[in-house]
Amino acid sequence: MTNSSLQPDSIDENINITSTGGLNHSLDQGFTWVVRSFAFITVFILFWMIWVVYQEAYPAINKFGLGFIFSQDWDTGAPAYGALPYIYGTLISSAIAILIAVPVGLAIALVTSEDFLPKWVKSPIAFLVELIAAIPSVIIGLWGIFVLIPILVPFQQWLYSFFGWIPLFNTEDTSGNNMLTAGIVLAIMILPTMAAISRDVLLVIPKQLRSGAMALGSTRWETIFRVLLPTGFSGIVGAAMLALGRALGETMAVTMVIGNDAFISPSLLDAAYTIPAVLANEFAEAENRLHVGALTYLALILFVLTLLVNIGAVVLVQVLDKNKK
Amino acid sequence: MKFSATVFNRVVTSSVVAAAVVFGPIFTAVAQAESLKGAGASFPAPLYQKYAREVRKKHPGLKVNYQACGSSCGIRQTKKGTVDFGGSDAAMSDRDINSVKRGVILVPTAGGAVSVVYNLPGVNKLKLSRTTLPLIFAGRITRWNDSRIKKDNPGVKLPNRRITPVVRADGSGTTFIFTNHLSTISRYFKGRVGTSKKPRWPLRRVLKGKGNAGVANLVRRTSGGIGYVNHSFAVKNKIKSAMVQNRSKQFVAPSLSAANRALASVKFPANYRVFVGDSTRGYPIVGLTWMMVYKRYSSPAKAKAVKKWINWVMTDGQKHNGSLQYTKIPASVRKRVLRDMKKVK
Repeated sequence: MTNSSLQPDSIDENINITSTGGLNHSLDQGFTWVVRSFAFITVFILFWMIWVVYQEAYPAINKFGLGFIFSQDWDTGAPAYGALPYIYGTLISSAIAILIAVPVGLAIALVTSEDFLPKWVKSPIAFLVELIAAIPSVIIGLWGIFVLIPILVPFQQWLYSFFGWIPLFNTEDTSGNNMLTAGIVLAIMILPTMAAISRDVLLVIPKQLRSGAMALGSTRWETIFRVLLPTGFSGIVGAAMLALGRALGETMAVTMVIGNDAFISPSLLDAAYTIPAVLANEFAEAENRLHVGALTYLALILFVLTLLVNIGAVVLVQVLDKNKK
Repeated sequence: MKFSATVFNRVVTSSVVAAAVVFGPIFTAVAQAESLKGAGASFPAPLYQKYAREVRKKHPGLKVNYQACGSSCGIRQTKKGTVDFGGSDAAMSDRDINSVKRGVILVPTAGGAVSVVYNLPGVNKLKLSRTTLPLIFAGRITRWNDSRIKKDNPGVKLPNRRITPVVRADGSGTTFIFTNHLSTISRYFKGRVGTSKKPRWPLRRVLKGKGNAGVANLVRRTSGGIGYVNHSFAVKNKIKSAMVQNRSKQFVAPSLSAANRALASVKFPANYRVFVGDSTRGYPIVGLTWMMVYKRYSSPAKAKAVKKWINWVMTDGQKHNGSLQYTKIPASVRKRVLRDMKKVK
């Protein structure tokens, strides 16, 4: 090796630091371009996908227009297609999931980031919760069918017999394959996302804030609810949105437990249907171009829904941040 | 190292030669083995996969690959010509057949019964008459202690429970066979639902499962549920099947022999397309499944392979039908198919 003879402190006075030629410079430039093109390719692929989906959906968009979103019929024979029951099912099941996953996820994040448990207890808890994310959704679906539903059915029948007068629980002899079960299964699936990100957010909050609050005489709960959670709020909203995105798009596990009935019912104990579930069930056996079109139109709607949720989250964080100042 | 053009050329040439020497024999071997690609109905998929394994005992070079993508998918792929043979439980319509320039022969390969499966703890021999069954699936009878179900089952204690119908979420040949039977025996059902692979069920509080497995699962776990699956699935999953009435008003439980009795009386037309719908003997909810082969193939070798395959399925292959709970095709029909297969080029 020739380099070893060079002294580290010998400075080459002839070095030209503003040089735009030579191997290093072109490598530098090349790398910049490679990185840029990767970024652009990602965006390009996204637009390309939208374009392809739009083209496939065109026969349905052309025939039904925006009325598709508000129609409730779905009949391959007629043909009549409407998206409302699927949109309803997707939004409600995800909402149930978020309602359950946010408090539970935050609780896990607090327990594993605060210091009221010894480290050898809380690290395994954090690790195990994150492990849920690695379970394939089909397995969670099967577990839902064979383990969760038999446990939930007596509870849901109890809900009917005592609270049946509330439209929310007015379903006699529920089979267990319903909106509530789907929401609970989804909540379990998105829990690791919610818990892990919130935990990371809480861990990076500066020590001084916590010490300051404690020094001013606030209790642990006051510190958590008045200082820690507000400080990490935008990160926690981000975690909830990421989790919601996963819930909206989840396919297999939901298909297996939701009952797949495209009917809008106020009762959470009735079967329902979601957009990803109908895509999974009907795409392979689609009868004709219009049927495929209606299904891809649903896919476009799901895409827009997810986009709206994300925009809503960004706006929410900004508005709340402004109010704080 | 200098990387000159000559070095590059030499490297490329020598690797191409080496690759040709190494892989050449493999390619010719592949060319010698005749491989057939099929796709379609999932109902006979276990049977076709068994055929594909067993056929190699007689024709070791014949490789058949069948993909269960669904009846509609089988018809679509046959029309497009992306497969060597298709599979479907709903057969191709004349319009579909005419749109294929190479011509299509429908080869009936097996038949099967569709069981009406139910889940009612304590009720082991449920009977459903020709009036009751269609009305349940048309949404007119909604409770198990309905007087009409009671009349079919004298002496049986039926619970005061809601009926939860379970149907298919995907388009399916099984649904076609089932709705075809119900439409044949009930005018009300024909008007409300009709015969279709994926009808619009006028049912409230229905559950939908994907595939036979999905329906079987939902029925097995839903107390008060009733659905329909292939007989083989009901047997495999040990779900209780209801006895239904045939045209001579006998209550018959689904079984292989009862389905065979029903199919034996079926008359096959020249194009082999027949939807049974009803039967005076045996179990009335039965259907057939077909392989769709072309009349002309792109190469004589391919045509020869297809002939070998179908001829085997129509002779030795039929012996395997029973072990998987499928019915056999009557011998006279098989003879006719073998005669038709001689015309395939």
